[in-house]
Formats: sequence, C-alpha cells, structure tokens
Amino acid sequence: MKNLPILIVLLPLVAAQLCLVFSRIHRNVGRWLVITAVSASLVMSVMQLLNVIKDGPIHYYFGNYRAPIGIEFSIDTVNGIMLILVCVIGLLTFLFSSEFRVSSDKTIVGGMNTVLCLLITGLLGMTSTGDVFNLYVFLEITSLSAYCLIAMGGNKGVIAAYRYMLVGTVAATLYLLGVAVLYANTGTLNMADMAVLLNEGDKNKAMLLAMILFIAAFGIKMALFPFHGWQPAAYTHAETSARPLISGVMGKIPAYAMFRYLFCVYGTDFKYFDFILDVLGVLSVCAMLYGSIRAMGQKDMRKLLAYSSVAQIGYISLGFAIGTPLALAGAFLHMFGHAFMKAGLFFCVGAIVYRYGKFSLEDVGRLYKKMPITCGLLVLAALSMVGIPPAVGFFSKWYLGLAAAREAKWIYLAVLVISSLLNAVYFFRLIEKFFINPDKGLPQKRERGRIEASAWILIPVIVCFVAILALGLCNAKIVDVLLLTLGEVGL
Amino acid sequence: MELFLAEKGIYFLTLLLLGVGLAGIIVCSNYMKKLICMNIMQVAVIFFFLCLGQKAGGTIPVAMDSMINAADYINPLPHGLMLTAIVVSLGTTGVGLALLYRIKDRYGSIEEKDIIEREREKK
Repeated sequence: MKNLPILIVLLPLVAAQLCLVFSRIHRNVGRWLVITAVSASLVMSVMQLLNVIKDGPIHYYFGNYRAPIGIEFSIDTVNGIMLILVCVIGLLTFLFSSEFRVSSDKTIVGGMNTVLCLLITGLLGMTSTGDVFNLYVFLEITSLSAYCLIAMGGNKGVIAAYRYMLVGTVAATLYLLGVAVLYANTGTLNMADMAVLLNEGDKNKAMLLAMILFIAAFGIKMALFPFHGWQPAAYTHAETSARPLISGVMGKIPAYAMFRYLFCVYGTDFKYFDFILDVLGVLSVCAMLYGSIRAMGQKDMRKLLAYSSVAQIGYISLGFAIGTPLALAGAFLHMFGHAFMKAGLFFCVGAIVYRYGKFSLEDVGRLYKKMPITCGLLVLAALSMVGIPPAVGFFSKWYLGLAAAREAKWIYLAVLVISSLLNAVYFFRLIEKFFINPDKGLPQKRERGRIEASAWILIPVIVCFVAILALGLCNAKIVDVLLLTLGEVGL
Repeated sequence: MELFLAEKGIYFLTLLLLGVGLAGIIVCSNYMKKLICMNIMQVAVIFFFLCLGQKAGGTIPVAMDSMINAADYINPLPHGLMLTAIVVSLGTTGVGLALLYRIKDRYGSIEEKDIIEREREKK
C-alpha cells in the first residue's frame, strides 16, 4: 500500500520492456501482458485516489531520501484523477488496437504494443512526479514514443512525425532551459521546495523569463494556438489504433504540468502573475476561435477533429487564465470530459475505418443505419462538445462561464459562447453528413458479423458513451474532489 | 568590461549557440541539417547547465581527506543531470535518424522542397 505511487508507473514500464520479448513467442502474449499491467495500474490508481480523498496528499520519497535531496512523487486529488484517466483511456486503446493489425511481423506488433505502453508510462510519470527534472525525463519518454506511433501511420505519418520531432525537441530544450534558470536561482529541483525558495528575495525577473520558456515549451506540447502547427498533421496521420490515446490524453498532461508550474510552484504571490494570466488568456481566446473556424472547412474527419482539439485546448488554458478555483475546476473537468469525447470520436472514426476504410466526410451518408452504436456515441460526443446537458461538455463550460462572470471578464465569456456556437456549426455538419446525406453504398472491407464491428472496438465505444454521461451527471462530486486541492492554489 | 566578459561571457556564448541551432531548424531546408541544428541546440543547453556547476577554486567532486569544505568542490548535480540529458538527446537523435531513413526510403529525398512536391503529386 505504501508503494502505490511508484507501482502505478513501474508496472507499465516493466511490462513494456517485457512485451517485446514475449511477443516473439506469440503475438498476443505480449499484448495481454501490457493490458494486465495497465489494468493493475488502473485498480491501484483508484485505490490511491480513495486514500488521497480520505487522508490528504501522498508524498512518496524514492529510497527514503527526504524531499529536497531525493526525488519525490506527490499525489493530490487533481493528479490522482488524472492518473485514472490516463489508465482508462490507455486500457481502452489497447483493447481497441487489438483489431488493427499493423503488420504480420510479430516483432513489429510487439514493438507497437511496447511503444504504446511506454507512452502510457511517460504520461503517468509526468502526472505523478513532484520533481522538475524528473518531469523532463518523463516528458521525453512520452514524446519519443509518440514520435514512433505517429511514424507508424504510413508515408505521411513519417513526415508528420519528423516535423513533430523537431518542434517537440525544441519544446523539451526550452523546458530544460527554464529549469536551468530556476535551478540557478534556487539550487533545488523539488517543486514544493522550489515554491518556498522562489518566494524568498527578489527573483521576479528570472522567474518571468523561466515562465515564458515554460509557456512556450508546454504550449508546443499541448498544441496551444500559435504553437499548434505540428498537431493536425500528427493527429491525422498517426497509427489508427494509437490515435485515441494520442489525441485524447497526450495534449492534456502538458497542460496539467503548466498548471503545476503556474499555480503550485509560482503561486499567486508572483509579481507578474496577472500579466502571465493575461498572455495565456489572449492565446486561449485566439485558439478557441481559430481552431473552430479552421475545423469548419475540413473534409477529412480526422482533420476536423484535430482542429477541434486546438479549440478545446483553448478552453482548458482559458480556465487557467481566469485563475479562480472554480475556473480551474472547470478547466480540469473539461480536460477529463474532452479526453473521453475526443478519444470517443476517434474510436468512432476507427470503427468506420475498420469496416469501410474511409476517412472522408463525403462517404459516410446514412451510416447510422449500419452502425447505430458508433453513430450514437458520435452524436453524444458532438453534442457534448457543443455543450448540451446532460453531457459533460455543458457542465465544464458552465463552470468556466460562471467563473468568468464572477471575475467580470466579459470578453472571455463572449468568446466562450461564440466558440460554442462555432462548435455547433461544424459538429452539426458532421451529424448531417452521417444522418441526412444519401447513402453512398460503400463496399465493406470485412464480412459483416451479427454486430456492427467486433466486440473489442465496441467496448471502448460504449465505455466512452457511459463516461461522457456519467462525468456530466456526477460533475458536482468531481468538482468537490478537485476543489480539495484547487481551493488552496487559485486566485 | 573584461571582468563582465570573464564572468558572464560564457552565458552569451551558449545563448549564441542556442540561437544558431534554433535559426538553423527554421531556415535549413534539408532535413539532415535540421537534425544537426537540433543537436546544436541541445548541446547549448547542456553547456548552460554545466556553467551553473562551475566555480572559481573548486575541484572535481571526489571527496579527499585534505579538503573538507563544500566550497572546495564544484557542484556535481548539474553534471549528473546533463548526463541524463545527453542520453535523452542521443535517443532523440536516434529516432530522428531512423525517421530520416524512412523518409529517404519512401520519398527518395530528404529535401523539404522535393517532399512537398511529391505530396502534391499524390493528391
């Protein structure tokens, strides 16, 4: 029980290493090994969250070296929930990926599972860690495995992965530079310790420089507006079976890391805090409008969803820009909701590809007759993106809007409404293509079974459907749990 | 002036290196050159970190009986961190080279112009 925080990260890491070896025996042995490991992590992260809610934040010290000297994993309610999120979407992605055979070569299939599991490990590590350099290492594990997964998606995937690699490495380097500036000023790498030391004496200018570097670095990684250039191509051309994890969770964890720096390490006493929040606010407003407008013009489902992600990341950083506990809770609720919505939409796209092999919006006329369950999730996720109750999208936007109104930031509120309306335009266009356009009579790629797609594809679809509704209906509970931590750090 | 250069000059050199790397990534149209510039940039940050560990009159951080004060040794932590960063940069370069190999395989070139042209042809 005492070692839960490290076990959650360690199990997928070990399973990832063993997966390649076991895959040589049989293709499925390695896969079931990683699925078991991720499920175990899921169970443990649920237990851990219950502990955190009951007894307060957990601090885990490696090798029992105390905080400023040793490395620390610190778990509070916010990252406790995020760990569960990563595990759930990771697990669903593994189940989903079993139907997509990337290659007949056992080693390549094993390698793909290994890389996918390493991506989960990196995300879990980034979420748990309380050490700035440790965060860098996990960030690089995440990025390197993401480059590989994107490169597996065919010719264009390789180019997209290469471009993402260049930009992503610039981001990691800028992050390291920011860490160097903070380390030079405090002499510590522990986040909690750094937060104390940064408030002593006048270090505002160095802190401002470091924060600008961090915003650039995490902005690139989470695809915030002016730094989003790599994202649409990467999401579009990534390997189909890995796309839900990449699009659903990978952009959220850097956003969470940005929150950690902004609110937990720097804190509201920082002299330029309001300035930084304003900068973030301008970027998010641009992102919300730009992403929605670009999404309206896309003909490819994957590109449409990718640009919609640019807009949705804007909502999350808008919550940070408002900065009150309520806005932060709204931002995190949107983070969880959007992870299920976007992953769910990409599961739908995957199911359609599995049966028909088509990505274009022009080809999907009257598909609801043939794939009712998939189209059901598609509609629910689209409505949730637009913000219609009782789906989770409505409640997160409600909290954001409420916080903006309380702080009298009317521009944010106006942009929130406009962006939601733009969302409605392109998501109703998506729904129109599915329900009203004439049937194109697509040739089936596979023989039709009794159900619309295989069970391994339908399970993630149904889980996402339930999760969107459940998150929406239980939003008050989740926000209460989030506020246990967020209540102390906001404005 | 001389004192300023002696104290802070090294930081300007590393920043210059960082700028060269960043400009190279943006300007070069050859993907191999972009990768090299990426490496230059990473090395710049590694140098920057190593500067932080340095101090006048310090020696290598191996404990000796004759020297018992912390002031006699340089700070070993940045070096330890940069060892990790070097490994990471090695990994990134490895992935980058593997991707370049694939690009050359599929597009027949690693010049940005040729690749964009090839993508247009396919459409």
